[in-house]
Amino acid sequence: MSRDITFRTEDLTKTYGEGAAAVHALRGVDLEIPRGEIVVLLGPSGSGKSTLLNILGGLDRATSGDAYFETENLSDMNDRALTRYRRDHVGFVFQFYNLMPSLTARENVELVTEIAKDPLGVEEALTLVGLGDRMDHFPAQMSGGEQQRVAIARAVAKNPTVLFCDEPTGALDSTTGRAVLHVLNDVNARLGATVLIVTHAAETARMAHRVIHFADGAIRDVVQNETRLSPDEIEW
Amino acid sequence: MRALDHKLMRDLWRIRGQAGAIALVVAVGVSLLVMMSGMLQSLRETRIQYYESYRLAEIFAPVTRAPTPMVERVADIAGVAAAEGRIRGAALLDMPGQALPVRAAALSLPRSMVPRLNNLYLKDGRLLAPGHMDEVVVLESFATAHDLALGDHLTATMQGSRRDFQIVGFAASPEFLFTTAPGEFVPDDARFAVLWMHEEALAAAFDVQGAVNEVLIALEREANANDVLAKVDRLLDRYGGQGAYLRKDSMSDRFISEEIAGLSATSVVVPPIFLGVAAFLLYIVITRLVQAEREQIGLIKAFGYTDFEVALHYFKLVIIIAVIGAALGCALGLWGGRLMAGVYQSVYHFPFLVFRVEPSSFVTGIITSVFAASAGGILVLRGVFRLTPAVAMRPPAPMDFSRTGALNNRLRRWLDQPTRMVLRRILRNPGRIGGAVLGIAVGMGLSSAQMSLMSGFDDTLDLTFGVIDRSDVAVTFFEPMPAKTAFNMAHLPGVLEVEPVRSVSAVMRNGRQSYRGSVTGLVEEARLNRAVRKDMSDITMPTKGIVLARALADTLDIGPGETLRVEVLNGRRPTIDVQVAEVAETLLGAPAYMRFEGLNAALGEVGRVSAVYLRVDASKMDALYAALKDMPTVAGVTQREDARAAMQKLMDTGAGAMRYVMAAIAGIITFGIVYNAARIAFGEQSRDLASLRVMGFTRGETSYVLLGELVVVVLLAVPLGVGIGYYLSFLIAAGFSTDLYQIPTGFRPDAFGAAGVAVLLATVVSGALVRRDIDKVDLVETLKTRE
Repeated sequence: MSRDITFRTEDLTKTYGEGAAAVHALRGVDLEIPRGEIVVLLGPSGSGKSTLLNILGGLDRATSGDAYFETENLSDMNDRALTRYRRDHVGFVFQFYNLMPSLTARENVELVTEIAKDPLGVEEALTLVGLGDRMDHFPAQMSGGEQQRVAIARAVAKNPTVLFCDEPTGALDSTTGRAVLHVLNDVNARLGATVLIVTHAAETARMAHRVIHFADGAIRDVVQNETRLSPDEIEW
Repeated sequence: MRALDHKLMRDLWRIRGQAGAIALVVAVGVSLLVMMSGMLQSLRETRIQYYESYRLAEIFAPVTRAPTPMVERVADIAGVAAAEGRIRGAALLDMPGQALPVRAAALSLPRSMVPRLNNLYLKDGRLLAPGHMDEVVVLESFATAHDLALGDHLTATMQGSRRDFQIVGFAASPEFLFTTAPGEFVPDDARFAVLWMHEEALAAAFDVQGAVNEVLIALEREANANDVLAKVDRLLDRYGGQGAYLRKDSMSDRFISEEIAGLSATSVVVPPIFLGVAAFLLYIVITRLVQAEREQIGLIKAFGYTDFEVALHYFKLVIIIAVIGAALGCALGLWGGRLMAGVYQSVYHFPFLVFRVEPSSFVTGIITSVFAASAGGILVLRGVFRLTPAVAMRPPAPMDFSRTGALNNRLRRWLDQPTRMVLRRILRNPGRIGGAVLGIAVGMGLSSAQMSLMSGFDDTLDLTFGVIDRSDVAVTFFEPMPAKTAFNMAHLPGVLEVEPVRSVSAVMRNGRQSYRGSVTGLVEEARLNRAVRKDMSDITMPTKGIVLARALADTLDIGPGETLRVEVLNGRRPTIDVQVAEVAETLLGAPAYMRFEGLNAALGEVGRVSAVYLRVDASKMDALYAALKDMPTVAGVTQREDARAAMQKLMDTGAGAMRYVMAAIAGIITFGIVYNAARIAFGEQSRDLASLRVMGFTRGETSYVLLGELVVVVLLAVPLGVGIGYYLSFLIAAGFSTDLYQIPTGFRPDAFGAAGVAVLLATVVSGALVRRDIDKVDLVETLKTRE
């Protein structure tokens, strides 16, 4: 398999429940995500995009099918191996930031760099998201946008192979939201990390290399953007 | 039902686990309150009713020999409601299969079989048939201890002559709830017997025809007992009166009073601790609930409900939990109280039990638990009032830790982030952490204090039977014997060492304080039965002066150098003033010691011996017993090991047994708090913990963040628990200690170690239980929810 493919799935399915009550969140997904791209997963609620993100992020398991990260099959990994995978390769940015309220911005980032193999400098990561001067503030002392930027800094500081963002701008106003997208763009450009963004906001897709549309648990289509917009140009 | 009340019911159902646990803690507190007060009340009532129904005398007046008509003279004294004369003699019983004879008191029954005072409660068989001088009624507790049956024969030695008796009845008597051989401290059913027989038979055996040697007196309601005592003493003086004494000074009544006092001390200390713990837990749980429902609270307020209505809604929750707990506690307490009272009934040999719980103890139980719960609830309700609809509707801001940042720079160098998380959470919630620390510490303190007392009792035994009394056998005589008798004892088989003692009954007075006990004369350098100082060194008996046990010195409020008045009750009954030379360390009884020669001199006698302590070659014990059995002057033989065993038994039953119950309950409570602390920490942090897992932290690393706090709480609680336990052990020991026995307190590594280990064990188990939940956390779900 080519080293240029970060993720590849083969007939990936995920079913919750059984029998008549069964919900088919994923109905046989085949896809390839090349290294270093920004990929946006679009689709209505319940279309399966978050489920795919969770499986690729090592948080959930597929019911059947394979999901390869580079050459390793995530479907074959036990709990311990999945933890290892998240620890070494994955950065997460959550819709509700999920910062540790008891740690300062700097410490929230250090939380990750302490356990990472090849981390960025803490200050470098925070400067990258434009928070070089607020490193010693606690989450309670920061706005929502600032908190989200700390969350991104925390996610990128481990120098991840892949960055997962689940509705990263969902809780933010347009100005802050754009700033956050800028950061994601920068991270992708400067660190070469593959970035997967799940969102409702269709406009966000215009900054991606590749847009995957989900409907009813399956991929409806995959679009490669010929020209990508800068976050500033995105309509909110 | 109103909508808010529906919500209330649903909320209750949702938190049923925690609510149930808290209600249980409340229930334990209330049930202890109800149980102990019910038990105490019942014991007191039963004792009063037993005493009244069987007309137990209020004054006992022993006398050498008073002509029968003197009883009428006593009855004529103002304030005396009734007087009854009887004959009392000492006997030795040969029990089949036992090398040692058993001491017994033989008491006369009038021809009518119904004495005016100190009536018998016949449990089995019948009373004495007229004219059958060889019949006896035996104290039931003794009979039970020896498996005696109706129709069995007993051989008794009285005044040196052996006689055979047939048992026709078993009886109980309010006079002998506990039986203690004269000169001993420890009651023992098996080692002291009471026989009732025909007056004529006893008069013949003890040569007191036409006379009595004990007068029993009942008082009129308004009588002044001390006046009557003085008048009785004056009246009986010339017949060899040995000093009348009150019922409360009788051994049996003293023991039961002490037991009740001990129970009472425990009942004051323990239930409030449980109610305090329950209030704390309620506070924590309701705080969590309000925090989690801040949006709902805002919404309800936005609808137009007043602060008061919203507060009332949450207050109702608190009250419902408290009332359910209290009601359960009342029921449990009633049941437990009846059960325990039944146990005590048999321990104390009550023929019946008046079970009574004062309604006030239910009221107290319910009010205190509701009050304790409200105290916890009101703190939280302040928070409900403060929430405005707008604030409540906004998404929750992250918990503010900025005030805890000060430590940052100092700690940065050597603390990793997970450790900082643990420390900051502790610094941010000092009140709650403090509460948990205090709760665990109190629970641990309570159990370690109870365990301390247990080993304290062991020390009492070791000091008494290992250090102070090093004899193998003590032999007492019916009457003081010449010194020669003592020295002759040395020739008996197996005797290695003999030490004579002289002892007399006496009332000791210092100003307004007085104590009725005995004075023991020891040889100068006593070896077998000694007086010791606190450091266990021998006290050499001074030529002049008296050595008092600490408990006695405290009771009399007297110290070395001061003068004590001793009114001897035996022989010529001299009154002597003697200087207190030293205070001795004793834990059992409240003895007073003088030099053997000095005491005899004060009595106007020379070399008289009341008892001897013997050191014996163990292999020749049986031969010695056989020899002692044939000596008519021997009133009793006590083996040190028997006395020790009896003491141990006493400590393990009755009020002493409550200690085990308390230690166990305290252990449960401690576990409850530890587990609750772990659960709450998990509830508050489950989202953070899930985030850590998502970021690639292993289960172990995540558990560290959660359980680190618990470990710190426990590590803080254990030393505090030692401190509290140390203090509580003094408090409880003081409640249990009496002039009959004292419980030494001090730092007991074994007790505190065991309690500490129990706490750590509770931590490990709680940690394992909560850790299971960490493993089960649904990572995906937790990340989607806001809080």
